[in-house]
Amino acid sequence: MANTEQEILEGLAEIVAEETGLPTDAVALEKSFTDDLDIDSLSMMTIVTHAEDKFGVRIPDEEVKNLATVGDAVSFIAKAQA
Amino acid sequence: MGLLEGKKLLVTGVLTDSSIAFHVARLAQEEGAEVVLTSFGRQMKITQLIARRLPVEAPVLELDATSEEDLASLADRVREHVDHLDGVVHSIGFAPQSVMGGNFLTGEWEDVATAIHVSTYSYKSLAVAAKPLMTNGGSVVGLTFDAQFAWPVYDWMGVAKAGLEAANRYLARDLGPDNIRCNLISAGPIRTTAAKSIPGFATMEDAWPKRAPLGWDQSTAEPAARGVVALLSDWFPATTGEIVHVDGGVHAMGQ
Ligand SMILES: NC(=O)c1ccc[n+]([C@@H]2O[C@H](COP(=O)([O-])OP(=O)(O)OC[C@H]3O[C@@H](n4cnc5c(N)ncnc54)[C@H](O)[C@@H]3O)[C@@H](O)[C@H]2O)c1
Repeated sequence: MANTEQEILEGLAEIVAEETGLPTDAVALEKSFTDDLDIDSLSMMTIVTHAEDKFGVRIPDEEVKNLATVGDAVSFIAKAQA
Repeated sequence: MGLLEGKKLLVTGVLTDSSIAFHVARLAQEEGAEVVLTSFGRQMKITQLIARRLPVEAPVLELDATSEEDLASLADRVREHVDHLDGVVHSIGFAPQSVMGGNFLTGEWEDVATAIHVSTYSYKSLAVAAKPLMTNGGSVVGLTFDAQFAWPVYDWMGVAKAGLEAANRYLARDLGPDNIRCNLISAGPIRTTAAKSIPGFATMEDAWPKRAPLGWDQSTAEPAARGVVALLSDWFPATTGEIVHVDGGVHAMGQ
């Protein structure tokens, strides 16, 4: 049940939009979670927990630090599903 | 038959699936208990998602352990899910970064007071709030980190834990006549959200496996959670005011 990167981006954008109130099209690959989308650590935890459930992957805390941009998260999830 | 067959429990402190309380709730359900969770503020949403990862999805009630309002309405809100309680788990701790990480001499009272309110006083508050539901006696269990010693980086959280250990003895004294037992599990370091928020936590956790005669795995809360489940069970019927160490044996070693 692996998703394409485009599907993952769309799914992640829905999760981020729900958490932040931003429109889904603001959630683009090159956007930084903290600098561009203004997401704090607790919001990031919520998004990660949602994403784990939605995509059926584990995103360990140690990994979350390395996910600076939306694109980083999309490729991590794609790889974890593969 | 499970160790907690038919028991009804209130479990605070589930934040992620690494939380000690998550493993308590999971094992308790596996052992036959019915579990109600609490969380608070912006963490509620995460706890609700994590509650679905339990063997049986558990309801999540709002409880800021420092809010008199939340505490006053707790018993009635718990009654919407279970008619009484046999056990309560206090798995709550917090201190501002400014009073940990080597900031013992500079930590200011306001921040120290927060640490003690959330991590020490709330143990008493929670037990008293839940007491009207423990009509057939009960078991209150909290989590400490060995407060006999000064640790690197733990600072005012260590003082708050020393207070928690003393509060446990007084709570045992005052709730004993109602057949409510009060005990703590003193756990070794476990990589949870709370632990990782302590600046320099790695310095404490690295030494542990080497000092523990049984060894120690910081990546899992299962041993600590098993200790909590044992204290919730009927197999410690005459034990109260006690601290049970689940630390690989470190507390007993001189070096
Ligand atoms: N992780 C360790 O190394 C370790 C070792 C010994 C003892 N402990 C203790 O175990 C307990 C649980 O911590 P954990 O390690 O599972 O971390 P955790 O971060 O998963 O849990 C801490 C919990 O405290 C809750 N909390 C904080 N402030 C609160 C408030 N005002 N009202 C209600 N809840 C509040 C949080 O919501 C969170 O669920 C704490 O008392 C901690 O001090 C932890």
